[in-house]
Amino acid sequence: MSFLSNNWPWYISGTIIGLFVPLLFILRGKTFGVSASLRHICAAFPLSQIKYFAYNWKEEGAWNLYFVIGIVIGGWIAGYISSTDVIDISEKTKQSLTAIGITQFEGLVPKQIFNWGYLRTIPGLIQLAIGGFLIGFGTRYAGGCTSGHAISGLSNLQLSSLVAVVGFFAGGLFATHVLLPLILN
Amino acid sequence: MKDARLLFAGIMFGIVLTRSEAISWFRIQEMFRFQSFHMYGIISLAVIIGGLSIQGIKRYQLKDIDGHDIIIENQEYRTFHQYIIGGFIFGIGWAFTGACPGPLYALVGNGVWVVIVPLLMAVIGAFFYGILREKLPH
Repeated sequence: MSFLSNNWPWYISGTIIGLFVPLLFILRGKTFGVSASLRHICAAFPLSQIKYFAYNWKEEGAWNLYFVIGIVIGGWIAGYISSTDVIDISEKTKQSLTAIGITQFEGLVPKQIFNWGYLRTIPGLIQLAIGGFLIGFGTRYAGGCTSGHAISGLSNLQLSSLVAVVGFFAGGLFATHVLLPLILN
Repeated sequence: MKDARLLFAGIMFGIVLTRSEAISWFRIQEMFRFQSFHMYGIISLAVIIGGLSIQGIKRYQLKDIDGHDIIIENQEYRTFHQYIIGGFIFGIGWAFTGACPGPLYALVGNGVWVVIVPLLMAVIGAFFYGILREKLPH
């Protein structure tokens, strides 16, 4: 059980995550990916007048929705077996985060950001609500996220995925080094 | 129902995402500041393992467990700006929330309830993309 209760080094995690690519092909002949689920959720509503959502979501998307419901349950199981007390991030990161006002380093995620009170402030609204919106909009525009493009797509040597991953990092670097210091201070 | 098998794959993936710490805002900040190898190691190794698996599936023409041929399609390359602009927009959201779509689901499972908001907003983001699609450069 200690395997499931301790967090893993990168080489265990990377190996297992990579194995989801063949697992999904073998289980159901599907390409590993998560963000299409956001489209399938929309398609489950009566929105068929919008071309992008006019398809049979049960036929094309049910497998993906089962997969993401599983992710929620798996997250619950992992958290139930043991919660993460502290993430062992580098000292440099702690210093960089302290400089922009993040001073609590306990838990899986910073409690300063992930709470309902912060969500009711302008910075919290930008970070959590707008941030979430950009995830949905951007991944659908780019046709995939970290799983679909960075892992499945690069595994399959797709040019589209390489361009998308460059975009992911350009956006992430811009947000981390330019936008976040403005929002958090 | 064959699709329900994916529930079990998802459960395993939720556990893996949590144990790998890839769902931690701290880890994503560390990654975007180039201050640790952790996330780069995870993603690169996953790509190598995934890539070798795809080569193996193609070479040995493996079938799925229902006996169907596994068809691995290359996503059609449409336009450069679609991937770069879409990717850039997602990247901002990734750094803000410290989560990509998989981790959003896993964080809700982990009891970080406020993540329900970015998850719902991500669905709304996908909805707005669907509405604006014809007007956006592709």
